[in-house]
Amino acid sequence: MIPTSLADFAIAAPEVTLLGVACVVLLLDLFIGESRRGWTFLATLLGLALTAFVTLYCAPADRTVALGGLYVADAVATVIKFAAIATMAVVLLYSRDYLSARGLLQGEYLVLALFVLLGVMVMASASSLLSMYMGIEIMALSAYGLVAFDRENPIAAESAMKYFVLGAIASGTLLYGISILYGVTGSFDLNAVQAGLEREVFFGGRHIGLLFGLAFIIVGVAFKFGAVPFHMWVPDVYHGAPTSVTLMLGSVPKLASFALAWRVLAEGLGPLSHEWHDMLVVLSVLSMVIGNIVAISQTNLKRMLAYSTISHVGFILLGILTANAEGYTAALYYTLTYVIMAAASFGMILLLSRQGFEADRIEDFKGLAQRSPWFAWMMLMVMMSTAGVPPFVGFFAKLYVIQAVLNAGMVWLALVAVLASVVGAYYYLRIVKVMFFDAPAERAPALGGSPAFRMVLSANSLAVLGLGVVNGPLIALCQQVIPH
Amino acid sequence: MQATYLTIILAPLVAAALAGLAGRLIGRIGAHTVTILGVGLSCVLSVGVLKGFVDGTATPFNGPLYTWLVTDGVHMQIGLLVDQLTAMMMVVVTFVSLMVHIYTIGYMHEDPGYQRFFSYISLFTFSMLMLVMSNNFLQLFFGWEAVGLVSYLLIGFWYTRPTAIFANMKAFLVNRVGDFGFLLGIAVLFHFTGTLDYAEVFAKADYIAGQSVQFVSGETWNAMTVACILLFVGAMGKSAQVPLHVWLPDSMEGPTPISALIHAATMVTAGIFMVARMSPLFELSTTALSFVIVIGATTALFMGFLGLVNNDIKRVVAYSTLSQLGYMTVALGASAYAAGVFHLMTHAFFKALLFLAAGSVIMAMHHEQDMRNMGGLRKYLPITYWTCLLGSLALIGFPGFSGFFSKDALIEAVHLAAEKGQVAGAGYAYFCVLAGVFITALYSFRLVFMTFHGQERMDEHTREHLHESPWVVTVPLVLLAIPSVVIGWFTVGPMVFGHWFGGSLHVAEAHDVLGELSGEFHGPGSFVVHAFSGPAVYLALAGVATAWFLFLKRPDLPAALRVKLSGLVRVLENKYYFDWFNEHVLAAGAKAIGRIFWKGGDEMLIDGALVNGSARTVGWLSGVARHLQSGLVSHYAFAMIIGLSALVAYTLLHG
Repeated sequence: MIPTSLADFAIAAPEVTLLGVACVVLLLDLFIGESRRGWTFLATLLGLALTAFVTLYCAPADRTVALGGLYVADAVATVIKFAAIATMAVVLLYSRDYLSARGLLQGEYLVLALFVLLGVMVMASASSLLSMYMGIEIMALSAYGLVAFDRENPIAAESAMKYFVLGAIASGTLLYGISILYGVTGSFDLNAVQAGLEREVFFGGRHIGLLFGLAFIIVGVAFKFGAVPFHMWVPDVYHGAPTSVTLMLGSVPKLASFALAWRVLAEGLGPLSHEWHDMLVVLSVLSMVIGNIVAISQTNLKRMLAYSTISHVGFILLGILTANAEGYTAALYYTLTYVIMAAASFGMILLLSRQGFEADRIEDFKGLAQRSPWFAWMMLMVMMSTAGVPPFVGFFAKLYVIQAVLNAGMVWLALVAVLASVVGAYYYLRIVKVMFFDAPAERAPALGGSPAFRMVLSANSLAVLGLGVVNGPLIALCQQVIPH
Repeated sequence: MQATYLTIILAPLVAAALAGLAGRLIGRIGAHTVTILGVGLSCVLSVGVLKGFVDGTATPFNGPLYTWLVTDGVHMQIGLLVDQLTAMMMVVVTFVSLMVHIYTIGYMHEDPGYQRFFSYISLFTFSMLMLVMSNNFLQLFFGWEAVGLVSYLLIGFWYTRPTAIFANMKAFLVNRVGDFGFLLGIAVLFHFTGTLDYAEVFAKADYIAGQSVQFVSGETWNAMTVACILLFVGAMGKSAQVPLHVWLPDSMEGPTPISALIHAATMVTAGIFMVARMSPLFELSTTALSFVIVIGATTALFMGFLGLVNNDIKRVVAYSTLSQLGYMTVALGASAYAAGVFHLMTHAFFKALLFLAAGSVIMAMHHEQDMRNMGGLRKYLPITYWTCLLGSLALIGFPGFSGFFSKDALIEAVHLAAEKGQVAGAGYAYFCVLAGVFITALYSFRLVFMTFHGQERMDEHTREHLHESPWVVTVPLVLLAIPSVVIGWFTVGPMVFGHWFGGSLHVAEAHDVLGELSGEFHGPGSFVVHAFSGPAVYLALAGVATAWFLFLKRPDLPAALRVKLSGLVRVLENKYYFDWFNEHVLAAGAKAIGRIFWKGGDEMLIDGALVNGSARTVGWLSGVARHLQSGLVSHYAFAMIIGLSALVAYTLLHG
């Protein structure tokens, strides 16, 4: 069980690299003066590039399990890790102006961000409940810190506190579920758990404790996703955190949530899919309906996007609950494209905000078409895509998920999904209406943003269109990595 | 090769995007430079492609570029089919487009929408190329709709004029009728073949021809006839055939370069191109061919009459376009596809030329379009006069000019088809096209004489400012005049009587009128000589002579004739009452029905009960649910515990 040689660690090369990068950044920041903080930032981005390279370079051809069953490297892990690294790089790029305007661009911020990423990557590769739990905690603890990073801001501190308390409850629940599972199957190793459960199910036994443990684990997973009714933290945290942190929390951890569901539910607890299927149906329907309906009455854009996230989570769960390869593929595709859209929409808020002004109310977008037609169109594409209008990528994401649900024979569920997205279209289009048809507020200054920020944000928004028009390669990639 | 084809398509699109999105940034000069470069690149490459086919070094290309969507086993692909027919269309489209781009610099010189205009015409070029280079019905339909959209935008380019908005709305609505038929036609083909790819559909053509469709019980139709007639309904809309022609004269509200490019040379010929492309299908239904030839013949003759009574210089050319499109359609109906497409090509050059010349006149006259206020412009606008004269000679089919070769070959083919009796209505068509020759010559030279000869009828102020247009206007005129005059000489042999089109056009053995005629063809020179033994040339000359007599020699006669034939003139001036019928019966009827549904169905039932009702419910729910988010951690934790308990309870009870 215990790794015997250093060579065993090769499987975790990307994580080791990232950890090294984090340490270097931490040290570098100590020796660099306040005025030359840009170097730390640059080092972070270079480190991310290096990690991305190592991730691709060290990706094994076949599924490999090592480190005594704690760690697995496969295609799903590679895709999720690479997407997470790329997203984190984009997120940091967007955040830079915002952070330095508020004096938050400190080494610690970057290091915490890198640790969030490290947690995500560990989760993507976890093949044991222990390593999974470790990944979750690395990610969550760093995230708490980030939410509270702006110490002077009482709202941020309050939401960090809420996040922490609720997160602790969720962690406890998850841990309790894991311990029950261990009790029944005698192992933390997800492969062993799966084998054990298959025996159980084969012999017709429905261990009452097993179902109990499953419910607890589902709660943990649902909390990480932010699915209703374990979603209460999402609006408060999204709203209270600095926008750059909201951007990060809204994008990168969604990949981790998918990894969590994939590793634990699909792989480990696969034999119990009949049981968790029903639970996820309830969570998914609640998320889609409540997320979309409550989003309508929000005036704060960050809160609105928080509820929008909740409804999208409903869609991702919709793919997972089919418990077949088609559904998982659709869910992975949905997650990847959602991350792209979320990055662009929060990025737009960051672009509009400036010193002493957050631009997070919907009315701050009034008349954007007159102030900056280019970015108004970019935001239009992102909003259309999030609403699921063809030919943008969000349409295809919804299409594939609904198709998977239909093929699994759940017509009513598909209907609910479609109706929910019709309701959702309202508040996305409201942003468009506000941007194009309302007059801008008086004394609305020109848009900020460094050229790099503007360029990446434009590319990000155009990707929403491009991936929709040429949607073949990405869905093919998803089909390829999800084993059939 | 694939890269070349892609460049040809995408260069105008990129240019359109640059000029349209960054128009303010790159300025006027930037906008026209970038679009002209884009279209110029396409034009040069297209000529290269055509040369490849002429030299015999190129082979037809048919392949997918990428799969856009797979649903229910249907592959929706973006793909290209480049063969001889396509190559010819590509050159015509890009060349005329390039000329119009250059001309626009002069014509739109003072317009505030300069960049927008360039962006639109480049976008049009892209759309048209998509249409002609497509290898499947989906992409064809995309191109079809895209050119329609740009046409709509450009007819209403001067969007502050109510007449322009009325005209573009009309064009849009009439084209919807045609497109509806077109879409149904595609659907019929798809229903029987399960594919949208040309080659695959053509391979199953015999199978479709063996099927039947039942509309009313007991009334069965051949599936191929239904499909072809429906497709042709689409062509009738786009190529302005009676009775869907009403939008084209009104489209003259758009700027003149557009009339030349879209409403004369390229877009309106899309229907002709489409039918030629679908020749393997149309050949299997003589009923459909008969329908085609009758519609075409009616358009060719009766739209020509309207050219006689109009006084707006652009509208006369527009009616002439309608009539010429009718000629092409007649050729298609007689299975002389090559002749129809050949006339399409020559017509593109001389009709673009005539429109641009008319535009040059309009510019010189300070946007006066009424020919009654012109006259004697020959000495003020020498280049415009000579090019316009050459274009008119080509249009009437004066021996040796490009229009002569295409029109004469076409008439010969229809004559033979009528003699053989291969489709019903061929005899009627032969009469129409022959009589049409006289009418064409009459209205064309009426235009030339009224505009450039005779008394100067403009006011003093306008006369003082008359001068020839700048070089950006006259150079395209000259460049278009050259092919208008000479292109027939060296293309008529291979294109019409040879095998140049190869496999891109398909003619059934029994319908091959051009094949039979090719035995009598001994080079263009003898073709010209041979024409003098037929009636067409004399009819054309008689038309010119009559025009000369009526409008130069005895200018008092037309007015007297008007009084004598007042009943007939009234019918013509009201354009056979098509517009009246459309507005008072169709539009008014549709509005009345619409009002019933609007008041009863929509306002009361859907809007009142369903929409507002459900919106109120959702809004109320939203407000309630919002209050659940109290902001208190204890409430949140409580919700989580409730959720957990519910899950546990559910599993325990259910399991």
